[in-house]
Amino acid sequence: MADAMLETIGLSRRFGGLAAVQDVSLAIERGVVHAIVGPNGAGKTTLINLLSGDLKPSAGMVRYKGRDITAWPAHKVAHLGIGRSYQKTNIFRDHSAFENCRLAAQARLPGAFDMLRPARSRADVLSRARQALEQCGLADRAQRRAVDMSYGEQRQLELAMLLASEPELLLLDEPLAGMGPEESARVIDLLKRLAATHTLVMIEHDMDAVFAVAERITVMVNGSVLASDTPAAIRANKAVQEAYLGEAVS
Amino acid sequence: MPSYSRVTLVLLALGFAALALFPLVGETFYIRFFTKIMIYALFAMSLDLLVGYAGLVSLGHAAFFGVATYTVAGFIDKLGIADGFLILPAALAVAAICAAVIGWISIRTTGVYFIMITLALAQMLYYFFNDQLYWGGTDGMNISAKPLLALGGFTLVDLSNRVQFYYTALACLVTAFVMLSVLLRSPFGHALVGIRANEGRMRSLGYDVQRYKLVAFVVAGALAGLAGFLESSRATFATPAYLGWHESGHALMIVILGGMGTLYGPILGAFVLLLMEDYFATLTERWLLIEGLFVMAVALLMPEGLAGLPRRIAALRRRAPENGDG
Repeated sequence: MADAMLETIGLSRRFGGLAAVQDVSLAIERGVVHAIVGPNGAGKTTLINLLSGDLKPSAGMVRYKGRDITAWPAHKVAHLGIGRSYQKTNIFRDHSAFENCRLAAQARLPGAFDMLRPARSRADVLSRARQALEQCGLADRAQRRAVDMSYGEQRQLELAMLLASEPELLLLDEPLAGMGPEESARVIDLLKRLAATHTLVMIEHDMDAVFAVAERITVMVNGSVLASDTPAAIRANKAVQEAYLGEAVS
Repeated sequence: MPSYSRVTLVLLALGFAALALFPLVGETFYIRFFTKIMIYALFAMSLDLLVGYAGLVSLGHAAFFGVATYTVAGFIDKLGIADGFLILPAALAVAAICAAVIGWISIRTTGVYFIMITLALAQMLYYFFNDQLYWGGTDGMNISAKPLLALGGFTLVDLSNRVQFYYTALACLVTAFVMLSVLLRSPFGHALVGIRANEGRMRSLGYDVQRYKLVAFVVAGALAGLAGFLESSRATFATPAYLGWHESGHALMIVILGGMGTLYGPILGAFVLLLMEDYFATLTERWLLIEGLFVMAVALLMPEGLAGLPRRIAALRRRAPENGDG
């Protein structure tokens, strides 16, 4: 592993008797698009939750740039530059698209605790929010209330918020879920552009998209890692074909 | 995030101007009564920061109001210190410290549990004063003098003068209103509203949610302390009832009646509720029944409270021409 940015060592999480994530040791290299695939219930989202600090592991360790962050709360993890998006759209429904991104942009700046100056006077925050909306193709939707946007637009807003908070490492939980082909294409395009400057970890069911952008693929089954390798090697992997990909590749 | 419409701003300015002019024409009884109403409006406004913006429904807010009244009583009648410039910061500090402790414990819970734990902790403070003879027990304490607000022998504000007290209360109310408006417009205020809307997402964006809640709780507690300082100076007594859940519930009623999440709603609510209580009490001994029915009717028919009335009327008027066409 040349340059592991994010590393897990023997990471496990049980819910009662269920081992949702079991002894997962992964190294996410800097600048790489790392896809996590697997059937429903494989523990992919739980793994993301463990990486983002939303959940604490039952055992094992998470290391970011060599630092043990296993016990860190989610908001501190975010300040390290690890941002996440959600599979189930998780936005501020009654806020405008712009305010959604503005809040996200404000989060990581010093002065979020500022009680005197108007929030909308921070030029740096405003431009970051605007930029994020543009990147996600939502510039003309800025003043629309999030709840009034189409489902696909809400999914894009989810991404825009993530970008507005300027993470170095993005944890994307099914960024394409529920999107139409046109929106999908635009987001895949965006992900490719982001890949040049960011490290991406993404859960995705759309295998075409995965093979289009991923440089490494980890296959999870029943909470454990079945294989973790380059796309070509994963395609050729017999065990993976049997367990998951099946006819999707053939 | 208060971003008041122009109409609202004009109405607010008119309202405050009317309050400023009132002592010129008002009867003595009403000057006194309005002073009391403004104090309760301030108290309810501080609660609105928690309920209406941070989404923290506290049923123990009176505790901070009450400890401030006992701070005034303690300084004047236990320590023999009447210097208002000492008592006021002390009252605010005591209220803020109590809020910090109760808040620190309470914000670990949410929803109904938050309501119950704020209620329980506030009741502990209530019984602390209620059960101790040193503090006068159930009877409370009479305060033998008003805090002196004097500098170098020159009296700045004479709190025993009812008109001066009236303007002091009004000044405090307006200052608190402006202060909270600024606060809610700031990044901090926007974050609070975001936390109410979607706490989990705020956390994952990098906001230290617990810290925001605690700070809001302490600010609201300190402002409730300011109201308590004014109330004990006005009434010249401190009683355990000031800390009780009844007082907390009353403030919550003012907030809901006036319209939460508006800051000016609680002012409106305080005037309507207290004037109504006064009027109903002249009609029947069972006035609480009428009050209860009224508050229920408002809560059911006008979920935005009295503050939402202008918007409702505007919406009706916008719809009216369309109906005319059809």
